[in-house]
Amino acid sequence: MRLHEYQAKALFAQYGLSTPVGVVVTKGGDVDAAVSRLRGPLCVVKAQIHAGARGKAGGVRVVPIAEVSSLAARFLGTRLVTSQTGPAGQPINTLLIEEPIAAISELYVACVLDRRLGKRVILASAEGGVGIEEGRPPIQLPIDSLRGFSPYQGRMLAKAIGLSGRLVAAFGDIVATLIDLAVQTDALLVEINPLMVTEAGELIAADGKIEIDDNALFRQARLNSERDPSQSDSKDEQARALDLQYIALDGDIGCLVNGAGLAMATMDLIALAGGRPANFLDVGGGTTAHKVAEALTLLVSDPNVKTVLVNIFGGIVRCDLIAEGLLQAAKRFERSFPIVVRLVGTKREEGQLLLAQSGLAVDVTDSLEEAAQLAVARACAS
Amino acid sequence: MSVLIHKETRVICQGFTGKQGTFHCQQALEYGTRIVGGVTPGKGGGRHLSLPVFDTVAEAVDALAPDASVIYVPAVAAADAILEAAVAGIGLVVCITEGIPIADMARVKALLPPTTRLVGPNCPGIITSGECKIGIMPGSIHEPGVVGIVSRSGTLTYEAVAQTTAAGLGQTTCIGIGGDPVHGMGFVDCLRLFEADGATEAILLVGEIGGDEEEEAADFIRHHVSKPVAAYIAGMTAPPGRRMGHAGAVIAGSHGTAQAKKAALAAAGVTVVESPAHMGRVLAERLRSM
Repeated sequence: MRLHEYQAKALFAQYGLSTPVGVVVTKGGDVDAAVSRLRGPLCVVKAQIHAGARGKAGGVRVVPIAEVSSLAARFLGTRLVTSQTGPAGQPINTLLIEEPIAAISELYVACVLDRRLGKRVILASAEGGVGIEEGRPPIQLPIDSLRGFSPYQGRMLAKAIGLSGRLVAAFGDIVATLIDLAVQTDALLVEINPLMVTEAGELIAADGKIEIDDNALFRQARLNSERDPSQSDSKDEQARALDLQYIALDGDIGCLVNGAGLAMATMDLIALAGGRPANFLDVGGGTTAHKVAEALTLLVSDPNVKTVLVNIFGGIVRCDLIAEGLLQAAKRFERSFPIVVRLVGTKREEGQLLLAQSGLAVDVTDSLEEAAQLAVARACAS
Repeated sequence: MSVLIHKETRVICQGFTGKQGTFHCQQALEYGTRIVGGVTPGKGGGRHLSLPVFDTVAEAVDALAPDASVIYVPAVAAADAILEAAVAGIGLVVCITEGIPIADMARVKALLPPTTRLVGPNCPGIITSGECKIGIMPGSIHEPGVVGIVSRSGTLTYEAVAQTTAAGLGQTTCIGIGGDPVHGMGFVDCLRLFEADGATEAILLVGEIGGDEEEEAADFIRHHVSKPVAAYIAGMTAPPGRRMGHAGAVIAGSHGTAQAKKAALAAAGVTVVESPAHMGRVLAERLRSM
């Protein structure tokens, strides 16, 4: 789960890190009252969306304080398209408005959970800001999961990226704080970029990114309550409520599959057959007929869907329950479209019999390849 | 011959009396697996499925001398269950549980003694065809034979199994290493076992987007595997930056793509299967042509 910049900065402040003076305004909020708490003459207005590359896309503007209100009115309620969003962009419902920082240099520091090492790793560079992508790769410091971190390691890291004087200890403290924050919030990523160095030798977290491990949200109730559903596709959110793994794509063949690997393989097969999947959907292992029906209803609510491909390899999942769910959902469909079904594994015969007896027009096949080819042919024909 | 497990392997179950533990142990017993007992804290001294129940793994180890433990404990307590089994001296721990916090698995990885092999979490388990089933896979599709299968997926593994059975090849052992980013045994560990196993004549590797384990596998195969290997990588059409169901299945920037993994495997002499419908057929052709 991603946090917005303003949520990340609130956490930074809570952990004692310096952040720019700023206010948060939302759609319908009183912008003038909020902005009156800032000193002029200039303000940085930052669109809060779950995607990077905001600056290049015009989502971060420096304007005179008198112009903030009109800019906020133009921003709020619109969508921002960046190189990291889809063509529809992400909705701007919140703005972070800050006093600018006069920086003499910009550093980069992050704490990531490295999957290969199975450890947290600190990344640090003296070339922060937008330069981090092009500059030399950051220095990496793996943190031993058991021994933990000692402040001297942070000071050595500060020296390694070329810091001197008071900055050495200050940077070391920030690294220690970052690790505490990552551990206590179950963060997979905590990034400060840029970490601004001021004339007075202060270090200020001018932008922040935090991603929380979804598997750990059960013990991060407060952070979980800060989730911003407006940043996800509305069907993604409905699927979340149903405990389904769903990702909207831009094709026309709706897929319902059990298992994440098989669901990806089904998408690949559709592409090999010359078609385009409308979604990734894993109904999971402990599914019921009701859940299958809900999943199918969600799937066909996408107006792009021209045909549905159900691909089930029954293990724990029983094919008869899938067939029941399909029949329940079919009664509710508001439009008709071809349905291709491949049911193999546990209770295959029972599932296929249910479909045959129902009179519902479905193409049934045992062949994985034929199922994908049929679905593509049906989508092309309709 | 086979790898990791066989018909003599003695298995206990952690989370034995729960719904999942009960159902899958019944299935495993029907398959012929030597489930010898289980652990559920608070239910020690009782019996379940006509087998003894213990409060702790240490007590179960004393009484039953198991070779392996299978874990069906909920995600909140699963990392602790893995460590309990390892510290009690069990050599093979198979964790089926999905949704364990990644930081918890990082701690397990740091604490796991070298005497314990961990398979999973978030995996279907291991099966040696016709002998021993530890996990949630449907037993009926497996047929004793010559292919060693290693996979990051669940149902896609069943697909690979069914196809190798249909192609008349059958399997020695099939290992699901799981879909989580931080996990136990990896592709390389399993490839090493299959290469050394007398009965395994060919290896089928089923990978997916995310991470660089397939690339590491390619490097290992190039230098250390003499047996024919075929591979399918799921997620050719997956969009970058989205987690495709499995916590570990995510393309980060240009890293972890199916294309890069396939290229690395092909360069190492692996037969890369483009279609997930052709895994068994392509492997059979490769074996026939040798």
